[in-house]
Amino acid sequence: MLRIRNLESGYGKIKVLKHVSMHVDPGEIVTIIGANGAGKTTLLATIAGLVKARAGEILFRGQNLPALSAEKIPALGCVMVPEGRQVFATMSVEENLILGAHVLQKKGRQVQEELLEHQYALFPVLRERKGQLAGTLSGGEQQMLAMGRALMARPQLVMMDEPSTGLAPLIVKEIFQIIVRLRDEGNTVLLVEQNAKAALAIADRGYVLETGKVILQGPAADLLTNQDVQRAYLGREKIEEQ
Amino acid sequence: MTTELFIQYLFAGITYGSIYAIVAIGFNIIYNTTGIINFAQGEFVMLGGMIAISLLPFMPLPLAIGLSVLMTMVIGALIEIVFIRWLHSPSVLRMIIITIGISILTREAAVHIWGDNIRALPYFVGDEITTIGVLGARISPQVLWVVGVCGVMVFVLHLFFKTTSVGREMRACAANRTAAILCGINPRNMVTFSFVLSAGIGALAGCVMSPITYTQYDVGTGLAIKGFTVAILGGLGNSGGAVAAGLMLGIIEAFSVSVVPLAFQDAIAIAILLGILFVRPHGIFGSGEAARLKAF
Repeated sequence: MLRIRNLESGYGKIKVLKHVSMHVDPGEIVTIIGANGAGKTTLLATIAGLVKARAGEILFRGQNLPALSAEKIPALGCVMVPEGRQVFATMSVEENLILGAHVLQKKGRQVQEELLEHQYALFPVLRERKGQLAGTLSGGEQQMLAMGRALMARPQLVMMDEPSTGLAPLIVKEIFQIIVRLRDEGNTVLLVEQNAKAALAIADRGYVLETGKVILQGPAADLLTNQDVQRAYLGREKIEEQ
Repeated sequence: MTTELFIQYLFAGITYGSIYAIVAIGFNIIYNTTGIINFAQGEFVMLGGMIAISLLPFMPLPLAIGLSVLMTMVIGALIEIVFIRWLHSPSVLRMIIITIGISILTREAAVHIWGDNIRALPYFVGDEITTIGVLGARISPQVLWVVGVCGVMVFVLHLFFKTTSVGREMRACAANRTAAILCGINPRNMVTFSFVLSAGIGALAGCVMSPITYTQYDVGTGLAIKGFTVAILGGLGNSGGAVAAGLMLGIIEAFSVSVVPLAFQDAIAIAILLGILFVRPHGIFGSGEAARLKAF
C-alpha cells in the first residue's frame, strides 16, 4: 500500500531523514518508534506532503506522493492525524468532523451523514459534545476528534503522529484500543509513537528510527524483546535506572 | 440639542458607521485567512462606485451595480493571484508593504482612467432633496439604503460562513491552516476567495454610499484608515465587534460636529485608533484570547 524508497527530507539546511526505506501493507498496524528528534514526525510530514522530499520516492497505491501538493494527498486515501491534535478550535465538533469529509464532498449529504454516524459510534463522547467548540474539549477528546476527522475521509491509510502525547495513561489505553479496533475493521494504520512499548504491543510490524535512519525493523513482537530496541527507545539512562 | 437634530446626527452616524463596518469586515475576512491587513481594502470601495458610475450610461442602475460588484470581485481575485499567491510564507511587514503598493497602484490607475473629478451615482429612490420623516427629523431614503444593504450584507456573510461548505472551509483555514491542508482543503484557494469576498462587499458598499458621500479616485485611503480603526476597535478578526465599533465610530464622528469644527472629524478617528493601540491593542470587543483564536 505504501512503499518508501531512499527517502531524504529535512528543513532548510538540516537533513533529517537519510535513505529511509519502508513499506506498509494493507490491514496492518505499522509503528515507527525512536527517540525525540529521530525524524519520526518529519517522516509522516513528508508522506503527508507538509515537508518536501529531497530525494527518493513515496509510492502510495502506485502514486508518487512528493509530486503532489499536500492538499491533494487526502483525496487519494492517505490521511494524517497530526501531532498535538490540531483540531479547528473555533469550530464545533460536528463541523470539525464534516471538514474531515471534505474530499468526499461530491458524494453528497447521505454519505456524510453515514460517516458522521460511524464516527459517533466509534467515539460516543463526540456525539455528546457535537455542538461544543473543539477548543473546549479535553486533550483526550481532542485526540478522538482528530482521529474521527481523519476517518471521515474514509481513508485507506491512517497515519497517526504521537497520539499519546500529553494524555493520561487511561486515555492512552482507550486511544490504543481504538487503533486496534480500526485495524480489525480493515483499516491500515501507520503509527508514530514515542511510547514505544505501548505502540509495539498493538502493532504488527515496527521500524526503529535513529537520527534519521532506519536501524532496525521487523515484527513488533520481535522488536519488543530486542535488546537494541530497548536501548534505542528507552535510552541507556532508563535501562540503567531499571 | 433638539430631538430632531439628535436623530439627524444619529442617522448620519449610523450611515457612515455601516460603511466603516463593511470596510472593517473586509479587513477581517482577509486577515482571518491570511493573517495580513490588506491596506488596499478601501480601493475596492472606490472601484465599486467608480465602475458603476462608468457603466450607468449603458444600462439600468441595478445592473450597473451588479456588474460593478462582479468586476471588482474579479479585480480582487487578480490582485491576489498576481501579487500574493506565489509568495511562500512572506513576512507580515512584506505583505503590508505589498498591499500598500497595490493600494497606490489602484489609486493611480483610477486617476488615469477617471481623472480626479468627484462623481456620484444617482439616488436609488428620488433625488438629493427627497426626504422621509423619522421622528420629526428629515432623512434621505438613501440613508436607509446604505444601512439596509450593509445590514443585509452582514447577515448574509454570517450565513455564508456558518452554513455553506466554502464558508466552513474558509473558517477552517483561519482556525488551523495545517489541519485544513490535512483535510484536503487548498488554503491558497481560500485566500483567493477571501479577496473576492472582500472586494465584493467593499464594492457594493461603495455603490450604495456613492450618492451621499460621492466617489473620487482617492476615497479609498480615508475609508481604509477608518475601517482599520474600526477593525482594531472591534477586535481584529471579529466581525460582530466590527459592526458595533463601526456604528460607534460613525456616531461619535457625527456628534463631534456639534462640538468641534468639521475639519477635526477625521482627527477623531485617528485619536481613537491611537488611544486603542496604546491602551487595548486587542480592541474593545476583542479579548486577547479571542484574538489568538481568530474567528470570523
